Amino acid sequence: MANKKYILGVFDDDEDVLNAVSDVRDKGIKIHEVYSPFAIHGLDAALGYPRARMGVSAFLFGITGTSLAFLLTFWTMGWDWPMNVGGKNFIPFPTNIPIAFELTVLLAAYGMSFVFFGMEGLSPMAKPIIFDERITDDKFVMAIDLEKCGASEKDIIDALKHTKASEVNVKEI
Amino acid sequence: MQVVSPIREHLVTGGKTLHDITEDISRHVEGNPTREWKMMFGISLAVLAYGGYWAYQTWFHGLGNWGLNKTVGWAWDITNFVWWVGIGHAGTLISAILLLFRQKWRTSINRAAEAMTIFAVLCAGTFIFFHMGRPWLAYWALPIPNTFGSLWINFNSPLVWDVFAISTYLSVSFLFWYIGMIPDLATIRDRATGLRKNIYGAMAMGWTGGARAWARYEDVSLILAGLSTPLVLSVHTIVSMDFATSVIPGWHTTIFPPYFVAGAIFSGFAMVQNLMLIVRVVYKLEDYITIEHISLMNKIITVTGSIVGVAYITEFFIAAYSGVQYESYAFINRATGPLWWSYMAMMTCNVLSPQIFWFKKMRESIVVSFVIAVVVNIGMWFERFVIIVTSLHRDYLPSSWTYFTPRMGDIGDYLFTFGFFFVCFLLFAKFLPVINMAEVKGVLKSSSEKRTKK
Repeated sequence: MANKKYILGVFDDDEDVLNAVSDVRDKGIKIHEVYSPFAIHGLDAALGYPRARMGVSAFLFGITGTSLAFLLTFWTMGWDWPMNVGGKNFIPFPTNIPIAFELTVLLAAYGMSFVFFGMEGLSPMAKPIIFDERITDDKFVMAIDLEKCGASEKDIIDALKHTKASEVNVKEI
Repeated sequence: MQVVSPIREHLVTGGKTLHDITEDISRHVEGNPTREWKMMFGISLAVLAYGGYWAYQTWFHGLGNWGLNKTVGWAWDITNFVWWVGIGHAGTLISAILLLFRQKWRTSINRAAEAMTIFAVLCAGTFIFFHMGRPWLAYWALPIPNTFGSLWINFNSPLVWDVFAISTYLSVSFLFWYIGMIPDLATIRDRATGLRKNIYGAMAMGWTGGARAWARYEDVSLILAGLSTPLVLSVHTIVSMDFATSVIPGWHTTIFPPYFVAGAIFSGFAMVQNLMLIVRVVYKLEDYITIEHISLMNKIITVTGSIVGVAYITEFFIAAYSGVQYESYAFINRATGPLWWSYMAMMTCNVLSPQIFWFKKMRESIVVSFVIAVVVNIGMWFERFVIIVTSLHRDYLPSSWTYFTPRMGDIGDYLFTFGFFFVCFLLFAKFLPVINMAEVKGVLKSSSEKRTKK
C-alpha cells in the first residue's frame, strides 16, 4: 500500500489547538483528526462531528436486559414450575424488580461499552496509527491527510504556521 | 472557559505541567519495586498464606472450625461479607456519583478507589463461597434448573437477588475501571519498549486519543456513571434485605436499606482514606493527593458517620415506640446485654470519633485522618457484628440463649481475605497507574496552583 502523507500540527496547549481547528477549517482545509492526551470539551463540535449518542445503545441493551429478566422470572416461577409460597401470587411482581434492575444495568453497561469498542476499533489486537508518541503525554496533534484535505502542502503548512502550533511535521505512514 | 473561584483550594499543587503528571505517575509503573513495596508485599503474601491454610480447612473440612452454635448460626462469615461489600462501595461512589456532581477532586483518587472496590467485592464474594459450606455446589445459586429435576431457584429470595446484584456490581465496576484506564495504558504503551510495549499495547486496545474517540469516551463514561449510581445504591439495599425481609427482631426493620447504604459509603471512604494516605507517602504523590483531598474525604466521613448515628438512634426509638416486646428487647439486649462492649465499640467508633473532623485542624492532619479512618473501619465491622450476632444470640427460647466466641477458622478466613486484598492492591499499585493521568491533566488548567496564579 502506498504511503499516505500527513501534515501534523503539534500544539502545547488545549486552547491553542481548539482555536486552530476553527482557523484551519475556515480556510477550507479538511482535518483528518485531532489527537489529545485528555478530552477537550467543545473539540468535537469545532470539528463538526455529530454529538456522540452512545445512550441509544445503552437504552436498547438495557431494555433487552429488562425483558430477559422478566421473561426469566415470570416463565420459571409462573409457568415452568409454579411454586406455591404460602398462597401468594405465582408471579410476585415486586420481588422480580431487583433482578430486572440488575440485568438491565449489566446489559446496558456491557452492551454500550462493546458498541463503543467496535465503533472505535478498540481491541487487544488493534494496530493503531500513532502519529506522535507524545500525544498520550502532553502534546496536541492536528493531523491533516494531504490527499483528502483539498489543499496543497504549502497552503496547509502556511495555515498551521499562522496558528500557535509549536511544530509542523510531515509524516508518511 | 470555566472559571474557578480564587478561594478554592488547588487540586494539583507544585506547579505541575502536563508532562510532569505523566512522569510522576508512570515512574512507579516503569521503575523497579521500591523497598517499601517489597516489604508490604511480603507481609501481605505471608498473611495470605496463613489465611489460605485456614481457608483450605474451611473449604475442604467444613464449617466446623467456626465458632457457630445452634443459636448463632450466622456470625463472622456474613459480618465480613457485609463489611467487604460496604468497603467496596466507595470506589464507584467516588467515580460515578462525584462524576455526576462534577466534583473535580475525584480525579486523583478515583482510580485507586475503583481498584479497591473490585478487590473488596472479590473478598466479599469469597465469603459467599465460604458460607455455602459446599463451595463446589456454588452454581446452584445460578438460575439453572437444579440437578434433581426442573425446580428453579426461588427468585423471591433476597439471597438470589444478592447473587445478581454482587455479580453485576463486580462486572460493571470492573468495566468502569478498565475503560477509565485505557487512555493511561496508552500513555504507558507510548513510553515503553519491547515486551512491555506489547503488553500495555494490548491492554490499551489501540487507543490513539482522537477527538471522535474522546467524545464517545466521555459519553460512555457519563452513561456508565449514570448506570452505576443506582447500581451502587441497589447493591447494599439488596444486601440489607438479606436481613430486613426476615422476621428476626432487630433485623426486620424498614430503615435498613438507607442505613446500610450510608454505612457502606462511610466505611468505604475510610478505607479509601487509609489506602490513599499510604500511597501518597510511599509514592510521594503529595502534589496530587493534597490536604484538600484529605479534608474533603473527612467531611464525607463525618456526614455519613452522622447519618449512620441518626439511623442507630432511630432504630432504637422505633423499637421502643413499636410496643413489640421482642423488638424492644432485641435493642435493650444489644446495648446492655452480654455483648454491650461491641455495641459501645460501634457507637464510639462510628458516631463519636468522626465528629472530631468538625475542627479544621483535625481534618487537615494526616495522622488524625489515618487513625480515625482505621477506627471507622473497626467500628463498621462491629456495626455488622452487632446487628447480626446480638439479634441472634438471645432467641425466643431462653434455654437456648448463648454467647458467640470466634474460633481460629473465623479469624483465619478473615485474614485470608485481608491478604488477598492487599496482595491485589499492591500488584495494582505496581503495574497500573494509580492516578488517572488523563483526568488529572484535564482539570490541571482550571485548578492547578501554577495556572490560577497567572
